[in-house]
Amino acid sequence: MTKEINNTYILEKLHTQFGNEIISSEEPYGMLTITVKPNAAYTILSWFKNDKEIQATFLTDVCGAHFPDLPGQEFCVIYHIHSLVNNIRIRVKAFLSGNSPSIPSITNLFPAANWQERETYDFYGILFEGHPNLTRIMNVDEMDYFPLRKEYPLEDGTRTDKEDKYFGR
Amino acid sequence: MNSEFDDKTIERVEEKQYTTLNLGPTHPATHGIFQNILTMDGEIIVDAEQTLGYIHRAFEKIAEHRAYYQITPLTDRLNYCSAPINNMGWHMTVEKLIGVEIPKRAQYMRVIIMELARIADHLVCNSVIGVDCGALTGFTYMFQWREKIYDIYEHICGARLTSNIGRIGGLERDFSNEVYKKIKEFLVEFPKIFNEFIALLERNRIFYDRTVDTGAISAERALQYGFTGPNLRAAGVDYDVRVMNPYSSYEDFEFDIPIGVKGDTYDRFMVRQNEIWQSLRIIQQALDNMPQGKWYADVPDFYLPPKEDVYTKMEAMISHFKVIYGETNIPKGELYNAVEGGNGELGFYVISDGGRAPFRLHFRRPCFIYYQAYTEMIKGGMLSDAIVTLSSLNVIAGELDA
Repeated sequence: MTKEINNTYILEKLHTQFGNEIISSEEPYGMLTITVKPNAAYTILSWFKNDKEIQATFLTDVCGAHFPDLPGQEFCVIYHIHSLVNNIRIRVKAFLSGNSPSIPSITNLFPAANWQERETYDFYGILFEGHPNLTRIMNVDEMDYFPLRKEYPLEDGTRTDKEDKYFGR
Repeated sequence: MNSEFDDKTIERVEEKQYTTLNLGPTHPATHGIFQNILTMDGEIIVDAEQTLGYIHRAFEKIAEHRAYYQITPLTDRLNYCSAPINNMGWHMTVEKLIGVEIPKRAQYMRVIIMELARIADHLVCNSVIGVDCGALTGFTYMFQWREKIYDIYEHICGARLTSNIGRIGGLERDFSNEVYKKIKEFLVEFPKIFNEFIALLERNRIFYDRTVDTGAISAERALQYGFTGPNLRAAGVDYDVRVMNPYSSYEDFEFDIPIGVKGDTYDRFMVRQNEIWQSLRIIQQALDNMPQGKWYADVPDFYLPPKEDVYTKMEAMISHFKVIYGETNIPKGELYNAVEGGNGELGFYVISDGGRAPFRLHFRRPCFIYYQAYTEMIKGGMLSDAIVTLSSLNVIAGELDA
């Protein structure tokens, strides 16, 4: 290996390639975290995968998050990719707006994303365009809400058996 | 495949109808609540579709409402065959998040517990592969020894299956002499019985016929499907979190990473068998080089004060209640931390907004990710092989459905 592949190097290389698509980048606890525009997520992940130096070919994890306090960026899809050759983990985040959150699916890049995208859809209602079978995976098909969104409380608010007065509060 | 087949046979094949077979969700041959809707051509599997979520308990939602130490019991219920690894993984994640360095002694103690858990996990998986091939004897032998491991847990923390072992900042107490005695006894006695188990299965003709070349997956496909742990190593990729990103002083120990060649059921079985030997090696090294010192770090916000102080000293009692209420705020940040679980890379992704509970907690459950490949692995094979393949993948229902 001629050049040391580290976070700074990856970020520089990424900036020369996709300067306009990157919104911000940080390094919490040493992991390179890049926030990108949602439409560019697919291209950037595929670039990471196919780049001859970085070789981030292993998809560790896909998950979602809900930030009700960020207007226009209510939803977030978080990808963790891992370059097994260089042993570097990279986190790619894409923020989506609240009304109809959708992002291109990466199933044909990483088959492992299939169920994880379904799970993200099931929990947050984020649509993955081009996913082969975007149905609920953990919850019943008839469910008409997305339970991990922050507006849904943990317990049913209509329950009467858990009122505070029964506990002397 | 001979003269019995004429042109008419081929015509009949074309108009053949397939049978739909529900394997599970509560079938005695699937160890856990898995449903597979199989499309069968006689006894050959043409297609399979998995149904998930039968024991989905919304852990990620619950975790958003719990203080950090209260999430440990949730992790118990992910891969319940090796609960201590999950507990330790979670403790280490929180420690990393709050920036605490754990004393060497606690790290070595954790390594011993985690490797015992790995042995217990692999024993269950491997002996069940035997059961599914019709060899019940090995299973009864090995479960007796899993029991002994649980006895050790019991002496360390008081619990057995869902162990909730250790605390944020270390372990609840030092190992007692009884624990050392039991571990040493285990290291001497277990290999003898384990060798008998090996003699029963590893070179057994029937076992060979059932497992070699069934449920195989290539290294390339395994990586694409996000395989980790023994299943990936069986396909020939030597990826192990303990070596790639050492945690809890794993860099101090010398051990090998066993790998397979074909990624079939037999390779997965053999990788686990050899990992058991490696785990025994690590435990022996940890016992021999056990450092002196404390078994907990100085984190009074998370680590409970000694019980006798709580009863006699006001400050200790206040501190005790503060820890139990879990009202301590965690610094803002986001962190992905992974440990090598019993069946693969178990990851914890935490987003903390500076409150007492995580803003978002995501578990990277290894078997949820690699179970996707199951259809591909059993397609074109026999139904009875599919059962063995499922148990050799070590898919744990609790972890699958979170």
